[in-house]
Amino acid sequence: MSQMIATTLTVNGKSQTVTALPDTPLLWVLREQLKLTGTKYGCGVGQCGACTVHIDGKPNYACLNAIKDLGGRRVTTIEGLAPNSSHPLQKAWLAEQVPQCGYCQSGQIMRAAALLRENRSPSRQEIVDYMQSNICRCGTYYRIVRAIERAAKEA
Amino acid sequence: MRGMRDEGGGMRGVEAPNASRRRFMLGAAGLTFGVALGVPDAMKQAVAQAAGAKGVFVSPWVTLYTDGTVAIMSPAAEMGQGSLTSLPIILADEMDADWSRVKIVPAPPRGKLYGNPAFGGEQYTAGSATVRGYFNSLRQFGAQVRYVLVDNAARHWGVPHGELATEPGYVVHAKSGRRIGYGEIAAFARIPAQAPEIEVDPVSKAQFRLVGRDVPRVDVAGKVNGTAQYSIDVQVPGMIYGTILREPVEGAAPERIDDGAARAIEGVIRVVPLQFGVGVLADTPWAAFKAKNALKVAWSRKARGWGFSSAKGYEQFAAVGRDLGRKGVAWETKGDAAAALAKAATVVEGEYRADYAYHAQMEPLNSVAAVSPAGDSVEIWVGTQSQTITVTAVAKALGITEDKVKFNGLLLGGGFGRRGNRDVEFIVDSVLMSKAAGRPVKVMWTREDDVHNGRFRPLYVNRIRAGLDASGKVIAWHHRVVSDEVLAFMDPVRYKTSKGRDNIAMRGTEMPTYAIADQLSEGLQQATGMRTNPLRAIGVGQNSFANEVFIDELAAKQGVDPVEFRLRLLANTPLGQRARHVIEEAARMAEWKRKRPGRGLGIAYLDYSGTQVAGVAEVSVDRQSGAIKVHNFWCTIDCGVAVQPDNVIAQTESSIVYGLGLALMERITIEDGAVKQSNFYDYQVPRMADLPDVHIKLIPTRNHPTGAGQMATPLVPSAISNAVFQLTGARLRQQPMLPDRVKLALEQGGQRFA
Repeated sequence: MSQMIATTLTVNGKSQTVTALPDTPLLWVLREQLKLTGTKYGCGVGQCGACTVHIDGKPNYACLNAIKDLGGRRVTTIEGLAPNSSHPLQKAWLAEQVPQCGYCQSGQIMRAAALLRENRSPSRQEIVDYMQSNICRCGTYYRIVRAIERAAKEA
Repeated sequence: MRGMRDEGGGMRGVEAPNASRRRFMLGAAGLTFGVALGVPDAMKQAVAQAAGAKGVFVSPWVTLYTDGTVAIMSPAAEMGQGSLTSLPIILADEMDADWSRVKIVPAPPRGKLYGNPAFGGEQYTAGSATVRGYFNSLRQFGAQVRYVLVDNAARHWGVPHGELATEPGYVVHAKSGRRIGYGEIAAFARIPAQAPEIEVDPVSKAQFRLVGRDVPRVDVAGKVNGTAQYSIDVQVPGMIYGTILREPVEGAAPERIDDGAARAIEGVIRVVPLQFGVGVLADTPWAAFKAKNALKVAWSRKARGWGFSSAKGYEQFAAVGRDLGRKGVAWETKGDAAAALAKAATVVEGEYRADYAYHAQMEPLNSVAAVSPAGDSVEIWVGTQSQTITVTAVAKALGITEDKVKFNGLLLGGGFGRRGNRDVEFIVDSVLMSKAAGRPVKVMWTREDDVHNGRFRPLYVNRIRAGLDASGKVIAWHHRVVSDEVLAFMDPVRYKTSKGRDNIAMRGTEMPTYAIADQLSEGLQQATGMRTNPLRAIGVGQNSFANEVFIDELAAKQGVDPVEFRLRLLANTPLGQRARHVIEEAARMAEWKRKRPGRGLGIAYLDYSGTQVAGVAEVSVDRQSGAIKVHNFWCTIDCGVAVQPDNVIAQTESSIVYGLGLALMERITIEDGAVKQSNFYDYQVPRMADLPDVHIKLIPTRNHPTGAGQMATPLVPSAISNAVFQLTGARLRQQPMLPDRVKLALEQGGQRFA
């Protein structure tokens, strides 16, 4: 585990080859090497969801996925979700004025985007169950629920 | 004319300056205008950024561009509470700016110009004191700018100043039908060196265009697409990464360091011994974290905190609280509580406790610093609650003057009181590491570091004695607060002038709206060696819990309804009337008198720095597990003028969720001086499924704005405890109300402490 390796993966539709220690979490490759800093470090152990990205279309923790396992995989981050903040969730997030400190919100939106892809009109309980993985210390949860419901309606 | 404002484009008249009256302008900023103090770099940069437009520096707060853009300084830290937007709104409203043309510029660290009058002119964002502290001066500054613009238009057109009015972004001469944009005026404006003396209406008479209108927050757009910048996101050329293994107990030092395994990790550059820990410099964050985890360090056992524990703290603090021979430092004194207690028909006592609690801001602490090779200057990129404190601490760490510190303030991924301590250790970290490295360094704390090196809300034992007369009326109140020291640790500078009065530990014992003639609250803060800090709602979070649960106990003893009991206690004063309103309205919203099977209701009320708040919790209890479920929370808030009403609601939602965590699940445990918990798996915070439905009503009044950022937090534990009593007859007197504690209380009919 102590020698650097090169890995080629697709990030936001673009092929990238990165060199890193094999057990380096995707999170640090995204943030410090690819300068995609929208994906946040919160806990490093898959407990808070601030680093949520999509790997091959599924929501996943960037902090728990080692770079050595990601060769050929497809990663989408908040920066690649939609051009010009045009995703229905991003618009709904603005309409409901969801963010406070904002630090967890990339992860919240990526998680919610996966939910809406799986379930176009989730019930309130389905939203709560699905979003349970993501912590917001500012307590914007009420507005997150409203924004997801709004996006589901307007999408 | 001012009274003729409407929602859209009404005109605003101009009062002549009134030189005979002293204004409420505060600090040096209001007295100096024009360029006398020099143009701050941040404003120069803002001017330079407007392509093709010429900037005219009108005051340290406002630069006008010839294209109509208005740059306004915003002096507070933005940590989610919305001040970045709300402060410029106040100024823009008074200068009648067109909000769509306003560009907000974060103010540089210059306490003399941009300091909060509520904090003696320091730029320090805390205590929900930002809007409250800046409100009058920002209105004053806005009015001055507007006056200067109108004056220039009057001269330009050769008409009397008094014939002119403004609409957003324009000066208007109704007689001749002429209008001129602020940007056009900028092209020929003469700016006086002295600020004109302008009278600003008191709030009660004011008409607002932007204040109270829910202007969207300017920081939100970047927070939905990943572009919002926090200090952890900063990269500068040549930068490397640093981590620090800190002493487990404040004041301990590394005695022996085994760094063999750490240095063997590819990418590790250097191990840096520090007074308080061991640093690692590396090419990547991952190498730095791995190396930190591979360090083996033996620590000196000299520090005060070794051997201390939460359990010992409770034992020691409770003994101090009971021993009335030990006098504390008086915090609030009204009348003569001792004499009133001596003549009381009955004296009732209660004891309340709270564990250490952790901020858990989502962005682990970090900073970036670039110390010059000679060590004689530094540039920093930080998220701090105080620009003033930060610059001073960094200069001191390097032994340089403050003008050699170049400050870049970034958004804060949460603050909650964690980022305003006088030594800003999480910022000095990167300065020391950059000095050692001779190049820029980003120092990041892991979440585990953030917990282990946390600076917590202290451990509390509160003891209250109330004296009642023969009719059951409360005539005396004596509240003893035993806790770790907070102010002495987090802010030695303020502590020096505090005469031992620990405002962070003691706030909230005072009860300005309850008509109890004789009151004494005294602080018995203990030097335990634990790391402490303000935490959202500071002492109010526990002291108000003690007050409001004890009041509920008094009501129950007399068989009086808890809402009725509080209403009877209220003083017949204007503030008392506002208190009555929030309590009655919260009770009405909750349908207080309606019984619901299997559920209990509890009420709590609080005057928090003048903001009136009341809350009602509806709970059920799982008697097998002891788990409390909060189903509904009704809350009312009167914070005077609400600059951004929807944001006041958002902050109140936030305060309730934060209070829920402190009430039910959040506990830091100390053993042998060190923190037992490590991350979100053993320090639980509220998640979506934990939440009650909330029902918040903002009750706007025309009073001077008071705080909104944390006021509801203390209501939550009090209302929950009182609701559990109504449902089960068991009293919960300790935060957090963990299932095991609830079970014990249910078995005993009331809490003996666990």
